[in-house]
Amino acid sequence: MSLAANALAYGYREREIGSDIALSLARGEVLALLGPNGSGKTTLLKTLLGLLPPKGGSLTLDGRPLSELSPPERARALGYVPQAHAGTFAFTVLSVVLMGRSAHAGLFAAPSARDRAIAHAMLERLGIERLAERPYTLISGGERQLALIARALAQEPAYVVLDEPTASLDFGNQGRVMSEIRRLAAEGLGALFTTHDPNQALRHADRVMMIRDGQALASGKAAELLTPERLRQLYGVPVETVTDGDGRVAFLPG
Amino acid sequence: MRPSSITGNAIAVGLLAIAVLLAFGLGRFPIGPAELGRLLWSALSGEPSGLPAQVETVIWNIRGPRVLAALLCGAALAIAGTAFQGLFRNPLVSPDILGASSGAALGAVLGIYLSLGLFAIQLAAFIGGLVAVGAVYAVGSAIRRGDPVLVLVLTGVVVGSLLGAGIGLVKYWADPYNQLPAMTFWLLGSLAGTAKTDLLPLLGPVLIGCAVLVALRWRMNAMSLPEEEARALGLRTGPLRLAIVVAATLVTAASVAAAGIIGWVGLVVPHLARFLVGPDFGRLLPTAAILGGGYLLVIDTLARTAGPVETPLGILTAVIGTPFFIWLLASSRGGWS
Repeated sequence: MSLAANALAYGYREREIGSDIALSLARGEVLALLGPNGSGKTTLLKTLLGLLPPKGGSLTLDGRPLSELSPPERARALGYVPQAHAGTFAFTVLSVVLMGRSAHAGLFAAPSARDRAIAHAMLERLGIERLAERPYTLISGGERQLALIARALAQEPAYVVLDEPTASLDFGNQGRVMSEIRRLAAEGLGALFTTHDPNQALRHADRVMMIRDGQALASGKAAELLTPERLRQLYGVPVETVTDGDGRVAFLPG
Repeated sequence: MRPSSITGNAIAVGLLAIAVLLAFGLGRFPIGPAELGRLLWSALSGEPSGLPAQVETVIWNIRGPRVLAALLCGAALAIAGTAFQGLFRNPLVSPDILGASSGAALGAVLGIYLSLGLFAIQLAAFIGGLVAVGAVYAVGSAIRRGDPVLVLVLTGVVVGSLLGAGIGLVKYWADPYNQLPAMTFWLLGSLAGTAKTDLLPLLGPVLIGCAVLVALRWRMNAMSLPEEEARALGLRTGPLRLAIVVAATLVTAASVAAAGIIGWVGLVVPHLARFLVGPDFGRLLPTAAILGGGYLLVIDTLARTAGPVETPLGILTAVIGTPFFIWLLASSRGGWS
């Protein structure tokens, strides 16, 4: 049971962004995608979510080609957490989370009691139940990110894909979001996230994939893969390493 | 602070009732609630109403059809505006953003220029609106780059301005003594002279379009998200967008064909409705329809009673809509609640 890509080429209609991607995300594991700005991470995520058709190779979800799934089927298997944005209309946080139930409802159906119960449960799980009736536009960036995770979980997916989930968050919220991702994996979901922080990948991911210019530079176990030498290759800058008394490692750029 | 959604809907229905009573109660033949009740009862029971025949004629043939037309047009424009604001993720959008009004206007002025009959002019307007939006949609979908919603809006703006040039050209050709005043009158919007026979061509498209939009309203929340997010939530955004555009265009074109161009209603009323029941489209759409009907009815009552001659509706909606909108711009913070 996995979301698996083989020799995957991806990109937009007339432009190939990346190729030859081999990747597999099993349920219960966390995979981090590392790469410099403009390396094609977001485009790869969209392809893995089935939002862009692959330009070559194979992409399967639990053994079935992803392109054979209908949009609702896809959304019931793959949850997407985009980068948080304020949005146009001041929906309540509960309304935002209820949108995650779209793929479970009929075309003309109002949210059911079950949908509401699930939305409330997800808010509670992420510790933001108190925000349920607040306008989504008026909560903080960290709270929005948590609300979007709640929305993705309301889809009841088997895999969750997060696009730079900590990009605009303060130090404390970064920690909360990352431990939430770990918890998802502990409960049997597969989680894939992109990040600019190798330390997050080292600390919270089981496996890491490094991409640069749409090519997989390396992939493997986080602890083995993340070395100063590889990071220097990936980002093109020297990397310093700090080690504490217990032998735990952190990286510093420059 | 906004009222709860039950209170909000009660307010909307209350305003609608007041608007209806005012519409019957004001004018050269004031008709009170009691007389109105007696007349409705006599229609249902078959007993004589005991009212003068003249009053009965005014209600059944003149005031009644006009009130119904105002309610239908107002509800249509408000519901289409609400749906489009969500679909285009922009609270400043009105139902004519894709060229429905300019297409209908070109159809109507062409009809007047060709000296067609009243019904044919309305038909030309209706078809003009549909064709214009169809063209915008076809061109917008053919340009496959960037955000499909943004491409559609920009195409609508461009085609709308081309249609505006077409309207100008027909007006330039028109006979300045007979045709030009008729065109000007039509372009400013009016419900004067609405007869019972005008209601049927209005009622059909408005009911069908509104039914589709109301049925799809729970999906409109997610449709107001960026395209890729909506698709990631499992929505078939392409067919849904097409259904919403077709339904909203149907009701807009029908109302423009019946009443001419009435701006602002589809822009202002969704905001009023949002203030009453919040932005969730599931609750918002029905409230917007109720409020829109009442709003246009009040405007129309004002139009026929405020001066010695009737004021065009488009003028009144602009005079009321502009200051309201400036206030809205100045006072809204933290998203369009």
